[in-house]
Amino acid sequence: MQPLPDVRGSARPYWAAALKGELQLPFCDACGGAVFYPRDFCPSCAGRSVTWRRCSGRGKVYSYSVVHTHPNPAFKQRVPYVVALVTLEEGARLLTEIVDCPPEAVRVGMAVVVDFRRVSEEVALPVFKPAAARP
Amino acid sequence: MKRGATSIVGAAESAIGIVPDRSALELMGDAALGALDDAGLSVKDVDGLFAQTPYLWHPSISLGEHLGIAPRFTGSTNMGGASFVGFIQHAALAIEAGLCEVALIAYGSNQRSDGGRLMTGSEHLSFEAPYGTIYPATSYALMAQRHMAQYGTTSEQLAEVAVAARRWAQLNPKAMERGPLSVEDVLASRMISSPLHKLDCCLVTDGGGAVVLTSAARARDLRKPAVPVLGAATAHQHRQILQMPDLTVTAAVRSGERAFAMAGLKPADIDVVQIYDAFTINVILSLEDLGFCGKGEGGLFVAGQRIAPGAALPVNTSGGGLSYCHPGMLGIFLLIEAVRQLRREAGERQVQGVETALVHGIGGVHSAHCTAILGRQ
Repeated sequence: MQPLPDVRGSARPYWAAALKGELQLPFCDACGGAVFYPRDFCPSCAGRSVTWRRCSGRGKVYSYSVVHTHPNPAFKQRVPYVVALVTLEEGARLLTEIVDCPPEAVRVGMAVVVDFRRVSEEVALPVFKPAAARP
Repeated sequence: MKRGATSIVGAAESAIGIVPDRSALELMGDAALGALDDAGLSVKDVDGLFAQTPYLWHPSISLGEHLGIAPRFTGSTNMGGASFVGFIQHAALAIEAGLCEVALIAYGSNQRSDGGRLMTGSEHLSFEAPYGTIYPATSYALMAQRHMAQYGTTSEQLAEVAVAARRWAQLNPKAMERGPLSVEDVLASRMISSPLHKLDCCLVTDGGGAVVLTSAARARDLRKPAVPVLGAATAHQHRQILQMPDLTVTAAVRSGERAFAMAGLKPADIDVVQIYDAFTINVILSLEDLGFCGKGEGGLFVAGQRIAPGAALPVNTSGGGLSYCHPGMLGIFLLIEAVRQLRREAGERQVQGVETALVHGIGGVHSAHCTAILGRQ
Protein backbone atom coordinates (compact mmCIF):
# COMPACT_ATOMS: atom_id res chain seq x y z
CA MET A 1 0.00 0.00 0.00
CA GLN A 2 1.20 3.51 -0.85
CA PRO A 3 2.15 5.28 2.42
CA LEU A 4 0.41 8.62 2.74
CA PRO A 5 1.49 11.77 4.55
CA ASP A 6 -0.29 13.15 7.58
CA VAL A 7 -2.06 16.13 6.04
CA ARG A 8 -3.10 17.74 9.34
CA GLY A 9 -1.61 20.63 11.28
CA SER A 10 0.89 23.13 9.92
CA ALA A 11 1.36 21.05 6.78
CA ARG A 12 -2.29 21.33 5.71
CA PRO A 13 -1.73 24.26 3.28
CA TYR A 14 1.21 22.40 1.70
CA TRP A 15 -0.90 19.39 0.79
CA ALA A 16 -3.93 21.50 -0.15
CA ALA A 17 -1.78 23.50 -2.60
CA ALA A 18 -0.24 20.31 -4.02
CA LEU A 19 -3.74 19.01 -4.80
CA LYS A 20 -4.23 22.14 -6.92
CA GLY A 21 -0.89 21.61 -8.66
CA GLU A 22 1.00 24.29 -6.74
CA LEU A 23 4.09 24.11 -4.57
CA GLN A 24 3.63 26.42 -1.58
CA LEU A 25 5.78 26.87 1.51
CA PRO A 26 5.72 29.00 4.64
CA PHE A 27 8.36 31.76 4.76
CA CYS A 28 9.56 33.25 8.03
CA ASP A 29 8.34 36.81 8.56
CA ALA A 30 11.52 37.65 10.47
CA CYS A 31 14.40 36.18 8.42
CA GLY A 32 12.58 35.50 5.14
CA GLY A 33 13.80 31.90 4.96
CA ALA A 34 11.67 29.09 3.57
CA VAL A 35 10.53 26.72 6.32
CA PHE A 36 10.48 23.06 5.35
CA TYR A 37 8.98 20.75 6.50
CA PRO A 38 6.17 23.27 7.15
CA ARG A 39 5.92 24.69 10.66
CA ASP A 40 4.17 27.84 11.87
CA PHE A 41 7.42 29.12 13.37
CA CYS A 42 11.02 29.28 12.11
CA PRO A 43 13.51 26.73 13.44
CA SER A 44 16.34 28.69 11.81
CA CYS A 45 15.97 32.11 13.52
CA ALA A 46 13.29 31.32 16.15
CA GLY A 47 10.81 33.68 14.44
CA ARG A 48 7.23 33.03 15.54
CA SER A 49 5.22 33.85 12.42
CA VAL A 50 5.24 32.74 8.80
CA THR A 51 3.52 33.65 5.54
CA TRP A 52 2.66 31.07 2.90
CA ARG A 53 3.82 31.79 -0.67
CA ARG A 54 3.89 29.93 -3.94
CA CYS A 55 7.36 28.69 -4.96
CA SER A 56 8.77 28.82 -8.48
CA GLY A 57 8.88 25.02 -8.61
CA ARG A 58 12.46 25.14 -9.92
CA GLY A 59 15.37 23.51 -8.15
CA LYS A 60 18.49 21.40 -8.46
CA VAL A 61 19.23 17.81 -7.54
CA TYR A 62 21.34 17.90 -4.34
CA SER A 63 21.71 14.12 -4.18
CA TYR A 64 19.89 11.04 -5.42
CA SER A 65 19.67 7.30 -5.06
CA VAL A 66 18.24 4.69 -7.41
CA VAL A 67 16.13 2.31 -5.33
CA HIS A 68 16.41 -1.28 -6.57
CA THR A 69 14.38 -3.20 -4.00
CA HIS A 70 11.69 -2.42 -1.42
CA PRO A 71 9.83 -4.44 1.21
CA ASN A 72 6.54 -2.68 0.32
CA PRO A 73 4.92 -4.26 -2.81
CA ALA A 74 3.59 -0.83 -3.85
CA PHE A 75 7.17 0.29 -4.39
CA LYS A 76 8.70 -3.05 -5.34
CA GLN A 77 6.60 -3.19 -8.52
CA ARG A 78 8.04 0.19 -9.60
CA VAL A 79 11.79 -0.44 -9.10
CA PRO A 80 14.14 0.96 -10.19
CA TYR A 81 13.04 4.51 -9.34
CA VAL A 82 14.97 7.60 -8.35
CA VAL A 83 14.62 9.14 -4.89
CA ALA A 84 16.28 12.53 -4.65
CA LEU A 85 16.88 15.54 -2.46
CA VAL A 86 16.05 18.66 -4.45
CA THR A 87 17.09 22.13 -3.29
CA LEU A 88 14.51 24.68 -4.41
CA GLU A 89 15.44 28.14 -5.70
CA GLU A 90 13.87 29.43 -2.47
CA GLY A 91 16.40 27.44 -0.40
CA ALA A 92 14.29 24.62 1.04
CA ARG A 93 15.36 21.03 0.39
CA LEU A 94 12.67 18.42 -0.33
CA LEU A 95 12.91 14.67 -0.47
CA THR A 96 11.17 13.65 -3.68
CA GLU A 97 11.19 11.44 -6.75
CA ILE A 98 12.71 12.27 -10.14
CA VAL A 99 10.32 11.29 -12.93
CA ASP A 100 10.38 11.42 -16.74
CA CYS A 101 14.11 10.70 -16.72
CA PRO A 102 16.04 7.43 -17.08
CA PRO A 103 17.70 6.64 -13.71
CA GLU A 104 21.15 6.53 -15.32
CA ALA A 105 20.70 10.10 -16.65
CA VAL A 106 20.11 11.71 -13.24
CA ARG A 107 23.02 13.84 -12.02
CA VAL A 108 23.82 15.85 -8.91
CA GLY A 109 23.30 19.51 -9.84
CA MET A 110 20.72 18.72 -12.55
CA ALA A 111 18.03 21.41 -13.00
CA VAL A 112 14.52 20.12 -12.28
CA VAL A 113 10.96 21.46 -12.11
CA VAL A 114 8.06 20.34 -9.99
CA ASP A 115 5.25 18.11 -11.17
CA PHE A 116 2.56 16.33 -9.17
CA ARG A 117 1.44 12.73 -8.84
CA ARG A 118 -2.00 12.06 -7.43
CA VAL A 119 -1.80 9.11 -5.02
CA SER A 120 -5.16 9.41 -3.18
CA GLU A 121 -8.28 11.55 -2.87
CA GLU A 122 -6.47 13.88 -0.48
CA VAL A 123 -2.87 13.70 -1.66
CA ALA A 124 -0.83 14.71 -4.67
CA LEU A 125 2.89 14.24 -4.15
CA PRO A 126 5.30 16.87 -5.47
CA VAL A 127 7.76 15.09 -7.77
CA PHE A 128 10.37 16.62 -10.09
CA LYS A 129 11.33 16.17 -13.73
CA PRO A 130 14.25 17.47 -15.76
CA ALA A 131 13.82 21.21 -16.45
CA ALA A 132 14.40 20.64 -20.16
CA ALA A 133 11.42 18.28 -20.28
CA ARG A 134 8.99 21.06 -19.38
CA PRO A 135 6.68 21.89 -22.30
CA MET B 1 31.95 15.21 33.91
CA LYS B 2 35.60 14.71 34.84
CA ARG B 3 38.28 12.88 32.87
CA GLY B 4 38.94 9.44 34.35
CA ALA B 5 36.46 9.75 37.24
CA THR B 6 34.62 6.61 36.10
CA SER B 7 35.72 3.35 34.47
CA ILE B 8 34.24 0.50 32.51
CA VAL B 9 34.81 -2.62 34.61
CA GLY B 10 32.82 -5.30 32.81
CA ALA B 11 31.81 -6.08 29.22
CA ALA B 12 30.11 -9.02 27.51
CA GLU B 13 27.92 -10.15 24.62
CA SER B 14 25.08 -12.64 24.86
CA ALA B 15 24.98 -15.40 22.28
CA ILE B 16 25.10 -13.51 18.96
CA GLY B 17 24.39 -14.31 15.33
CA ILE B 18 21.28 -16.45 14.91
CA VAL B 19 19.64 -17.10 18.28
CA PRO B 20 16.01 -17.99 17.54
CA ASP B 21 15.13 -19.35 20.98
CA ARG B 22 15.91 -16.23 23.07
CA SER B 23 13.75 -13.11 23.29
CA ALA B 24 15.26 -9.63 22.97
CA LEU B 25 14.88 -9.16 26.73
CA GLU B 26 16.53 -12.50 27.46
CA LEU B 27 19.48 -11.64 25.21
CA MET B 28 19.79 -8.29 27.01
CA GLY B 29 19.66 -10.06 30.38
CA ASP B 30 22.21 -12.69 29.32
CA ALA B 31 24.64 -9.97 28.26
CA ALA B 32 24.05 -8.02 31.47
CA LEU B 33 24.81 -11.05 33.64
CA GLY B 34 27.88 -11.75 31.53
CA ALA B 35 29.18 -8.22 31.95
CA LEU B 36 28.61 -8.36 35.73
CA ASP B 37 30.43 -11.72 35.92
CA ASP B 38 33.26 -10.18 33.92
CA ALA B 39 33.50 -7.39 36.52
CA GLY B 40 33.14 -9.73 39.50
CA LEU B 41 29.89 -8.03 40.52
CA SER B 42 26.31 -9.25 40.96
CA VAL B 43 22.91 -7.78 40.10
CA LYS B 44 22.67 -6.82 43.77
CA ASP B 45 25.53 -4.33 43.25
CA VAL B 46 23.74 -2.51 40.41
CA ASP B 47 22.00 0.74 41.35
CA GLY B 48 22.07 2.52 37.98
CA LEU B 49 20.33 1.02 34.94
CA PHE B 50 20.48 2.14 31.31
CA ALA B 51 18.91 0.22 28.44
CA GLN B 52 17.51 0.75 24.97
CA THR B 53 15.98 -1.54 22.36
CA PRO B 54 13.21 -1.11 19.80
CA TYR B 55 11.59 -4.25 21.25
CA LEU B 56 10.50 -2.72 24.55
CA TRP B 57 8.45 0.35 25.39
CA HIS B 58 10.28 0.77 28.71
CA PRO B 59 13.71 -0.81 28.20
CA SER B 60 15.44 -0.04 31.51
CA ILE B 61 12.27 -0.77 33.50
CA SER B 62 11.79 -4.14 31.80
CA LEU B 63 15.43 -5.04 32.33
CA GLY B 64 15.14 -4.09 36.01
CA GLU B 65 12.11 -6.34 36.38
CA HIS B 66 13.76 -9.19 34.44
CA LEU B 67 16.97 -9.21 36.50
CA GLY B 68 15.53 -8.14 39.86
CA ILE B 69 17.19 -4.72 39.96
CA ALA B 70 15.45 -1.73 41.60
CA PRO B 71 17.85 1.07 40.59
CA ARG B 72 18.36 4.48 42.18
CA PHE B 73 18.97 5.99 38.74
CA THR B 74 17.54 4.90 35.38
CA GLY B 75 17.56 5.91 31.73
CA SER B 76 16.23 4.70 28.38
CA THR B 77 16.98 7.76 26.25
CA ASN B 78 16.55 6.76 22.63
CA MET B 79 19.50 8.01 20.61
CA GLY B 80 19.11 5.10 18.20
CA GLY B 81 22.22 3.01 17.77
CA ALA B 82 24.27 5.73 19.46
CA SER B 83 22.37 5.29 22.73
CA PHE B 84 24.90 3.06 24.45
CA VAL B 85 27.86 5.34 23.87
CA GLY B 86 25.58 8.17 25.02
CA PHE B 87 24.73 6.22 28.18
CA ILE B 88 28.43 6.27 29.10
CA GLN B 89 28.07 10.03 29.54
CA HIS B 90 24.75 9.73 31.41
CA ALA B 91 26.05 6.99 33.71
CA ALA B 92 29.33 8.78 34.39
CA LEU B 93 27.45 11.94 35.38
CA ALA B 94 25.10 10.02 37.67
CA ILE B 95 28.01 8.21 39.34
CA GLU B 96 30.00 11.42 39.80
CA ALA B 97 26.95 13.13 41.28
CA GLY B 98 26.58 10.29 43.79
CA LEU B 99 23.18 9.26 42.40
CA CYS B 100 24.38 5.71 41.79
CA GLU B 101 27.63 3.76 42.06
CA VAL B 102 27.44 0.75 39.71
CA ALA B 103 25.73 1.39 36.37
CA LEU B 104 24.68 -1.34 33.95
CA ILE B 105 24.24 -0.41 30.26
CA ALA B 106 22.55 -3.06 28.10
CA TYR B 107 21.02 -3.91 24.72
CA GLY B 108 19.24 -6.94 23.25
CA SER B 109 17.45 -7.74 20.00
CA ASN B 110 16.42 -10.72 17.92
CA GLN B 111 16.04 -8.78 14.70
CA ARG B 112 17.45 -11.64 12.63
CA SER B 113 15.09 -14.33 13.93
CA ASP B 114 12.23 -11.86 13.65
CA GLY B 115 12.67 -11.70 9.89
CA GLY B 116 14.96 -8.69 9.70
CA ARG B 117 12.48 -5.97 10.38
CA LEU B 118 13.85 -2.85 11.99
CA MET B 119 11.25 -1.95 14.58
CA THR B 120 10.61 1.78 14.56
CA GLY B 121 7.27 1.84 16.36
CA SER B 122 4.46 3.94 14.97
CA GLU B 123 6.57 6.86 13.75
CA HIS B 124 5.64 7.97 10.26
CA LEU B 125 7.99 10.22 8.29
CA SER B 126 5.35 12.18 6.41
CA PHE B 127 7.68 13.92 3.95
CA GLU B 128 9.80 10.85 3.21
CA ALA B 129 7.83 7.59 3.47
CA PRO B 130 5.41 8.37 0.57
CA TYR B 131 8.40 8.43 -1.80
CA GLY B 132 9.55 4.85 -1.24
CA THR B 133 12.87 5.33 0.47
CA ILE B 134 14.31 2.23 2.11
CA TYR B 135 14.74 3.28 5.72
CA PRO B 136 17.53 3.80 6.67
CA ALA B 137 19.57 2.60 3.65
CA THR B 138 18.41 5.25 1.17
CA SER B 139 19.34 8.06 3.59
CA TYR B 140 22.91 6.77 3.77
CA ALA B 141 22.92 6.23 0.00
CA LEU B 142 22.04 9.90 -0.50
CA MET B 143 25.00 10.88 1.72
CA ALA B 144 27.32 8.58 -0.22
CA GLN B 145 26.16 9.93 -3.59
CA ARG B 146 26.67 13.52 -2.46
CA HIS B 147 30.15 12.70 -1.11
CA MET B 148 31.03 11.12 -4.44
CA ALA B 149 29.79 14.13 -6.41
CA GLN B 150 31.49 16.65 -4.14
CA TYR B 151 34.79 14.90 -3.43
CA GLY B 152 35.23 12.20 -6.06
CA THR B 153 34.83 9.34 -3.59
CA THR B 154 34.37 6.05 -5.45
CA SER B 155 32.41 2.82 -5.00
CA GLU B 156 35.77 1.04 -4.79
CA GLN B 157 36.73 3.18 -1.79
CA LEU B 158 33.40 2.40 -0.09
CA ALA B 159 34.07 -1.29 -0.74
CA GLU B 160 37.51 -1.01 0.88
CA VAL B 161 35.70 -0.35 4.18
CA ALA B 162 33.73 -3.60 3.88
CA VAL B 163 36.84 -5.58 2.93
CA ALA B 164 38.84 -4.19 5.89
CA ALA B 165 35.97 -5.10 8.24
CA ARG B 166 35.97 -8.64 6.83
CA ARG B 167 39.71 -8.98 7.35
CA TRP B 168 39.27 -8.03 11.02
CA ALA B 169 36.33 -10.44 11.32
CA GLN B 170 38.52 -13.25 10.02
CA LEU B 171 40.55 -12.78 13.22
CA ASN B 172 37.45 -12.80 15.46
CA PRO B 173 36.01 -16.27 16.21
CA LYS B 174 32.68 -14.69 17.25
CA ALA B 175 32.21 -12.85 13.95
CA MET B 176 29.30 -13.97 11.80
CA GLU B 177 30.88 -13.48 8.36
CA ARG B 178 34.48 -14.68 8.05
CA GLY B 179 34.76 -15.84 4.43
CA PRO B 180 37.06 -14.23 1.88
CA LEU B 181 35.88 -10.90 0.47
CA SER B 182 37.32 -8.64 -2.23
CA VAL B 183 36.48 -5.15 -3.48
CA GLU B 184 35.17 -6.85 -6.64
CA ASP B 185 32.83 -9.03 -4.55
CA VAL B 186 31.34 -5.93 -2.91
CA LEU B 187 30.86 -4.21 -6.27
CA ALA B 188 29.29 -7.36 -7.74
CA SER B 189 26.77 -7.71 -4.93
CA ARG B 190 23.16 -6.67 -5.53
CA MET B 191 22.47 -2.93 -5.69
CA ILE B 192 20.10 -1.94 -2.87
CA SER B 193 19.85 1.84 -3.04
CA SER B 194 22.59 3.25 -5.27
CA PRO B 195 25.46 3.71 -4.74
CA LEU B 196 25.14 1.21 -1.85
CA HIS B 197 25.39 -2.49 -2.70
CA LYS B 198 24.23 -5.27 -0.41
CA LEU B 199 27.78 -5.69 0.93
CA ASP B 200 28.00 -1.95 1.72
CA CYS B 201 25.23 -2.63 4.26
CA CYS B 202 25.57 -4.13 7.73
CA LEU B 203 24.47 -7.62 8.71
CA VAL B 204 21.15 -8.45 10.30
CA THR B 205 21.73 -10.64 13.36
CA ASP B 206 20.42 -11.41 16.84
CA GLY B 207 22.34 -10.49 19.95
CA GLY B 208 22.72 -8.58 23.17
CA GLY B 209 25.56 -6.69 24.79
CA ALA B 210 26.29 -4.95 28.09
CA VAL B 211 28.95 -2.97 29.92
CA VAL B 212 29.30 -2.03 33.59
CA LEU B 213 30.54 1.38 34.70
CA THR B 214 31.58 2.46 38.20
CA SER B 215 33.66 5.06 40.02
CA ALA B 216 37.43 4.99 39.63
CA ALA B 217 37.71 4.22 43.36
CA ARG B 218 35.38 1.19 43.24
CA ALA B 219 36.98 0.03 39.98
CA ARG B 220 40.34 -0.48 41.66
CA ASP B 221 39.05 -3.40 43.76
CA LEU B 222 37.43 -5.33 40.90
CA ARG B 223 38.49 -8.37 38.95
CA LYS B 224 39.75 -6.95 35.66
CA PRO B 225 41.88 -3.93 34.74
CA ALA B 226 39.63 -0.86 34.73
CA VAL B 227 39.08 1.05 31.50
CA PRO B 228 38.81 4.74 32.42
CA VAL B 229 36.43 7.05 30.55
CA LEU B 230 38.62 9.95 29.44
CA GLY B 231 36.03 11.86 27.47
CA ALA B 232 32.43 11.59 26.28
CA ALA B 233 30.12 13.85 24.34
CA THR B 234 26.82 13.79 22.47
CA ALA B 235 25.47 15.86 19.58
CA HIS B 236 22.49 15.71 17.27
CA GLN B 237 21.08 17.93 14.58
CA HIS B 238 18.41 16.43 12.27
CA ARG B 239 16.09 13.44 12.66
CA GLN B 240 15.37 12.71 8.99
CA ILE B 241 17.65 12.98 6.00
CA LEU B 242 15.72 15.81 4.34
CA GLN B 243 16.65 18.04 7.30
CA MET B 244 20.40 17.30 7.28
CA PRO B 245 21.97 20.67 6.43
CA ASP B 246 25.03 19.34 4.58
CA LEU B 247 25.02 15.64 3.64
CA THR B 248 28.81 15.49 3.82
CA VAL B 249 29.18 16.84 7.37
CA THR B 250 27.79 15.08 10.45
CA ALA B 251 27.36 16.10 14.09
CA ALA B 252 30.41 13.90 14.81
CA VAL B 253 32.35 17.15 14.30
CA ARG B 254 30.84 18.46 17.53
CA SER B 255 30.71 15.27 19.60
CA GLY B 256 34.28 14.43 18.59
CA GLU B 257 35.65 17.89 19.34
CA ARG B 258 34.10 17.92 22.81
CA ALA B 259 35.16 14.36 23.65
CA PHE B 260 38.75 15.06 22.57
CA ALA B 261 38.80 18.31 24.57
CA MET B 262 37.63 16.52 27.71
CA ALA B 263 40.21 13.76 27.22
CA GLY B 264 42.99 16.24 26.48
CA LEU B 265 43.85 14.19 23.39
CA LYS B 266 43.86 14.60 19.63
CA PRO B 267 43.16 12.10 16.82
CA ALA B 268 46.87 11.26 16.43
CA ASP B 269 46.86 10.03 20.08
CA ILE B 270 44.21 7.35 19.40
CA ASP B 271 45.45 3.77 18.96
CA VAL B 272 42.24 1.99 17.96
CA VAL B 273 38.94 3.31 16.59
CA GLN B 274 35.45 1.75 16.71
CA ILE B 275 32.93 3.52 14.43
CA TYR B 276 29.31 2.51 13.94
CA ASP B 277 29.51 1.01 10.42
CA ALA B 278 25.87 0.45 9.54
CA PHE B 279 26.95 1.33 5.98
CA THR B 280 30.41 1.73 4.47
CA ILE B 281 29.95 5.49 3.99
CA ASN B 282 29.62 5.94 7.79
CA VAL B 283 33.27 5.08 8.35
CA ILE B 284 34.49 7.52 5.68
CA LEU B 285 32.32 10.40 6.97
CA SER B 286 33.18 9.73 10.61
CA LEU B 287 36.94 9.49 10.05
CA GLU B 288 36.75 12.93 8.42
CA ASP B 289 34.45 14.50 11.00
CA LEU B 290 36.37 13.11 13.98
CA GLY B 291 39.56 14.62 12.55
CA PHE B 292 41.48 11.50 11.47
CA CYS B 293 41.71 13.03 7.98
CA GLY B 294 40.55 16.17 6.22
CA LYS B 295 37.03 16.73 4.85
CA GLY B 296 36.67 14.95 1.55
CA GLU B 297 39.79 12.81 2.11
CA GLY B 298 38.03 9.85 3.72
CA GLY B 299 37.85 7.80 0.53
CA LEU B 300 41.58 8.08 -0.03
CA PHE B 301 42.22 7.47 3.68
CA VAL B 302 40.56 4.03 3.62
CA ALA B 303 41.95 3.03 0.20
CA GLY B 304 44.73 0.44 0.02
CA GLN B 305 43.34 -1.29 3.15
CA ARG B 306 44.75 1.38 5.46
CA ILE B 307 42.23 0.61 8.23
CA ALA B 308 42.71 -3.20 8.04
CA PRO B 309 44.76 -5.48 10.36
CA GLY B 310 48.39 -4.40 10.48
CA ALA B 311 47.70 -1.07 8.76
CA ALA B 312 48.12 2.56 9.85
CA LEU B 313 44.89 3.02 11.83
CA PRO B 314 43.03 -0.03 13.19
CA VAL B 315 39.29 0.62 12.70
CA ASN B 316 36.46 -1.72 13.76
CA THR B 317 38.72 -4.49 15.00
CA SER B 318 35.82 -6.87 15.78
CA GLY B 319 34.71 -6.84 12.15
CA GLY B 320 32.03 -4.27 13.00
CA GLY B 321 28.43 -4.24 11.88
CA LEU B 322 29.55 -5.17 8.39
CA SER B 323 31.02 -8.58 9.33
CA TYR B 324 30.85 -9.28 13.11
CA CYS B 325 27.25 -8.68 14.18
CA HIS B 326 24.49 -6.11 13.87
CA PRO B 327 21.31 -6.87 15.79
CA GLY B 328 19.54 -3.61 14.89
CA MET B 329 21.83 -1.39 16.95
CA LEU B 330 25.60 -1.73 17.22
CA GLY B 331 26.69 0.87 19.78
CA ILE B 332 27.13 -1.46 22.76
CA PHE B 333 29.32 -3.84 20.76
CA LEU B 334 31.70 -1.01 19.83
CA LEU B 335 32.23 -0.38 23.54
CA ILE B 336 32.76 -4.09 24.26
CA GLU B 337 35.42 -4.36 21.56
CA ALA B 338 37.21 -1.22 22.75
CA VAL B 339 37.31 -2.62 26.30
CA ARG B 340 38.77 -5.91 25.04
CA GLN B 341 41.44 -4.13 23.02
CA LEU B 342 42.39 -1.92 26.00
CA ARG B 343 42.55 -4.93 28.34
CA ARG B 344 44.64 -6.81 25.74
CA GLU B 345 41.99 -9.56 25.60
CA ALA B 346 41.39 -9.45 21.84
CA GLY B 347 43.31 -12.60 20.91
CA GLU B 348 44.45 -12.86 17.30
CA ARG B 349 43.08 -9.42 16.44
CA GLN B 350 44.79 -7.66 19.37
CA VAL B 351 46.40 -4.40 18.31
CA GLN B 352 49.82 -4.13 19.95
CA GLY B 353 50.44 -1.40 22.51
CA VAL B 354 46.87 -0.06 22.70
CA GLU B 355 46.65 2.74 25.28
CA THR B 356 43.65 4.67 23.93
CA ALA B 357 40.45 3.86 22.04
CA LEU B 358 37.82 6.05 20.45
CA VAL B 359 34.27 4.73 20.22
CA HIS B 360 31.81 6.52 17.98
CA GLY B 361 28.10 5.68 18.05
CA ILE B 362 25.70 6.85 15.36
CA GLY B 363 21.92 6.88 15.67
CA GLY B 364 19.12 7.33 13.14
CA VAL B 365 20.36 8.55 9.76
CA HIS B 366 23.58 10.19 10.97
CA SER B 367 21.20 11.99 13.33
CA ALA B 368 22.66 11.35 16.80
CA HIS B 369 26.39 11.15 17.45
CA CYS B 370 27.99 9.98 20.69
CA THR B 371 31.75 9.81 21.07
CA ALA B 372 33.64 8.24 23.99
CA ILE B 373 37.39 8.11 24.50
CA LEU B 374 38.65 5.31 26.70
CA GLY B 375 42.10 4.62 28.14
CA ARG B 376 44.11 2.35 30.45
CA GLN B 377 45.07 2.83 34.05
